[in-house]
Amino acid sequence: MSNLWPRIEPLLARVEKPARYIGMERGSRQPVHRPDAVAWLLVYPDTYEIGLPNQGLQILYEILNERRDAVAERSYAPWLDLEGEMRGARVPFFSVDTHRPAADFDVLAFNLSAELVYTNLLNCLDLAGVPVRAEARADLDPLVLAGGHCAFNPEPLADFVDAFVIGDGEEPVGEITEVVNAWKRGGRVGGREAVLHDLATITGVYVPSMYDVEYDGAWIRSVTPRYADVPAVVDKRTVADLAEWPYPKQQLVPLIEVVHDRLNVEIFRGCTRGCRFCQAGMITRPVRERPADQVRTMVERGLERTGYDEVALTSLSSADYSGIDTLVGDLINEQSGCGNVGLSLPSLRVDAFTVGVASQIQKVRRTGLTFAPEGGSWRIRQVINKLITEEDLYTAVDAAYSQGWRRVKLYFLVGLPTEMDEDTLGIAELARQVVAVGRKHTKQASATVSVGGFVPKPHTPFQWFGQNGSQELRRKIWLLRDDLKRTGAQVKWHDPDATFAEGLASRGDRRIGRVIERVWRDGGTFQEWSEHFRLDRWTDAMAAEGLDPDWYVTRHRTQDEILPWEHIAAGLHKDFLWQDWQAALAEHGLPDCRWTPCYDCGVCTDYAIEHIVASPVPPAGGSQGTGQDLSRGDSVPVVLLETRGAGAGTERPGVAQAGATQ
Amino acid sequence: MRGDSGFPVRMRYSKRGKVRFVGHRDVARGFERAFRIVGLPLAFTLGFSPRPKVSFGLALSVGHESDAEFLDVELSEPIDLDGLPEALTDALPEGIVVTGIAALADRAPALQEAVTAVEWQIEVTAPDGDAPAPLVVARLAAATMAAPSVCVLRTRKGRETEADIRPALRRIEVLGASEHGVLLEVEVSTQPVGVRAGEVLAALGDELAERRVLRTGQWIERGGARLEPLAADPRRAVEARAS
Repeated sequence: MSNLWPRIEPLLARVEKPARYIGMERGSRQPVHRPDAVAWLLVYPDTYEIGLPNQGLQILYEILNERRDAVAERSYAPWLDLEGEMRGARVPFFSVDTHRPAADFDVLAFNLSAELVYTNLLNCLDLAGVPVRAEARADLDPLVLAGGHCAFNPEPLADFVDAFVIGDGEEPVGEITEVVNAWKRGGRVGGREAVLHDLATITGVYVPSMYDVEYDGAWIRSVTPRYADVPAVVDKRTVADLAEWPYPKQQLVPLIEVVHDRLNVEIFRGCTRGCRFCQAGMITRPVRERPADQVRTMVERGLERTGYDEVALTSLSSADYSGIDTLVGDLINEQSGCGNVGLSLPSLRVDAFTVGVASQIQKVRRTGLTFAPEGGSWRIRQVINKLITEEDLYTAVDAAYSQGWRRVKLYFLVGLPTEMDEDTLGIAELARQVVAVGRKHTKQASATVSVGGFVPKPHTPFQWFGQNGSQELRRKIWLLRDDLKRTGAQVKWHDPDATFAEGLASRGDRRIGRVIERVWRDGGTFQEWSEHFRLDRWTDAMAAEGLDPDWYVTRHRTQDEILPWEHIAAGLHKDFLWQDWQAALAEHGLPDCRWTPCYDCGVCTDYAIEHIVASPVPPAGGSQGTGQDLSRGDSVPVVLLETRGAGAGTERPGVAQAGATQ
Repeated sequence: MRGDSGFPVRMRYSKRGKVRFVGHRDVARGFERAFRIVGLPLAFTLGFSPRPKVSFGLALSVGHESDAEFLDVELSEPIDLDGLPEALTDALPEGIVVTGIAALADRAPALQEAVTAVEWQIEVTAPDGDAPAPLVVARLAAATMAAPSVCVLRTRKGRETEADIRPALRRIEVLGASEHGVLLEVEVSTQPVGVRAGEVLAALGDELAERRVLRTGQWIERGGARLEPLAADPRRAVEARAS
């Protein structure tokens, strides 16, 4: 029952933003810990401002606290100033809700949204006084779990995390609670090995220590479960119907400003646009829409409870929600009585319809609008399957400027497969045209071009692609920057060195664990923060471990090699992904299966789940991702993949052309 | 100048406990959310980006507590103030308690200009955390008050400048030994320029360290009278019921 607050309080007087560590948000709980309840500490291993709004963590916090056999608290990575004070005063890592030592919890569960937080996970464990390596933990040490999108390649953290949850966490957290509770109450018979073995039999739970990995030189020869009842392949978990999970019901309202500081209501999960670079779109299939009535109720109650004056309807592509215009119209009319509530739709499609919806909701404060064409030429947009035509973009931009926006932000990736300098310079050309379109409406028109280096992600068609090295990315960014000088377009970019380290962790195997540990021991925490990132920490650690960075980052994978995450299943069949990769190289798009016949990627058929969408027709206007150029009459080449298996193993996939070609 | 069209209201609140680590701007945002939760009819500024018309008094340093914080907010219509302090307290972060509300007369001067003096209780220890002797503290206080000028370093826009705070110091009194050290009561002028509690401590020298700071009062001095801000320009006032 220890409360560390009296020891933490004097430290807070000496740190930046002490309110990061006090808890007390509206909606937060101060659960009473009991011997018959499994105590979870949910940790977001980055700063409070980044971690607090995380919806996944908030959903699990509520679901666990609603259970009779669980209590849940939260914590975030302390910033370096407090970490120094804590180490100096021997204050361990603590929860922000009741300021209890992390080591007093049964489960430490980390949310992994980005690879560059991995070293922070190690640091949090170390600050907690919990052995960093899983093998060194004793029966009474907490179980260390992790989930989130990065868990789809768990191997780089296999040495440190006892068990990963793959996919939606709503259901497995209950099943894990029951297993841990039974083990605890039964006197921890069989020790850690016993509980981990039991956890490994829960669908969606991956326990790295239950698997032996054998290598053949640099390559993986096999990954074998150590027990007969431990699955050879761990399938992801999927909440079949979002309507059954109206969470968070009590969204946390932070006392200090955080990112996404507004009411967030998830309107659907999953996306089948099929953008080939996008891991989220691949691993969260199928599309599951929340019923519009439930969205309205969640918005109304949420605003009443929180006092927020802004609500975001979140998803991977919010304008794709069936009847989004009706929903938005209804919400605005309902809100008009209670003053100035703003509505925002993150992740907008690029088309005039979308701008129309946006203009409906942003009646005031029309400062900036963001579009993500991702690729600079039509050719490369076919490669990445983001089928935005130039007309789509210019029509959208024209609509935006004519309706009062003055600044347009454009997101692009560089370092994409098959990319040539023409594609990179195409970004500059698009930006110039966008500014030109804007200048017809206002002299103040400007565009910001934001460029990120592409990192191939596991479970996507680009998982075989050799990432561009830092030098090459830098060259392309410079090329773009020089071409855009004095054009009214401003260029911003991510550090290519950080992109390189992200690539190392993204597609790494178990051997990268030693590298992560070395980077952490060398002081490399908060690697997402440019002021704390140094690539030489990573390359030095690779050299010390005798590993070749280029083998991991810039090497093209072959079809026959075993990828480190092949024993983790997102439902997408490997031969589907390979075919889609080949289709990408052939510059062919793939339609969105919400509105076109199923091409059997594997997810729905294997898991017996389906799309839940209110409308079977694509949204009005624009061509993006529907696979057809709706504005010009279906002239985009579309690939229909043959049924699974037919095209596997051939260098050209079974390709049929659908629709008229030009 | 205010009250041209709306209905100005002044609130007094205390800020104690963990919430003292929340800064001034974030407290302001917390109040705006609380106003919406209780459904207060707020008056908004005109223009592209309408904001509620809320003005806060003197900033309170992060980490300091107070029993005497004030804010003014303009309403679009007159409302019944009964029960409002309690309703707002429920909607605010734990530790912030609205202790009184007054409807202001039209054209009441804004808090920032009107308040002329504030009072603090400051608990001090020796730098190592030990309790100092009250007599030693009293000697330091007397020396400070006797000095013709008291210079402290002030950081303004990233640059350090020296400022003489002696003209603002009205009173430094030793109340006696406290739980961890010695309790001081300090009164300073806020016009023309305010003085922070930390600056008063710095003026006392490096033999003392701040343990706890509590703002106990703010005053509007006008025509020889010393008024509590809620009482300065009232139309009507309610005090929170003691809970």
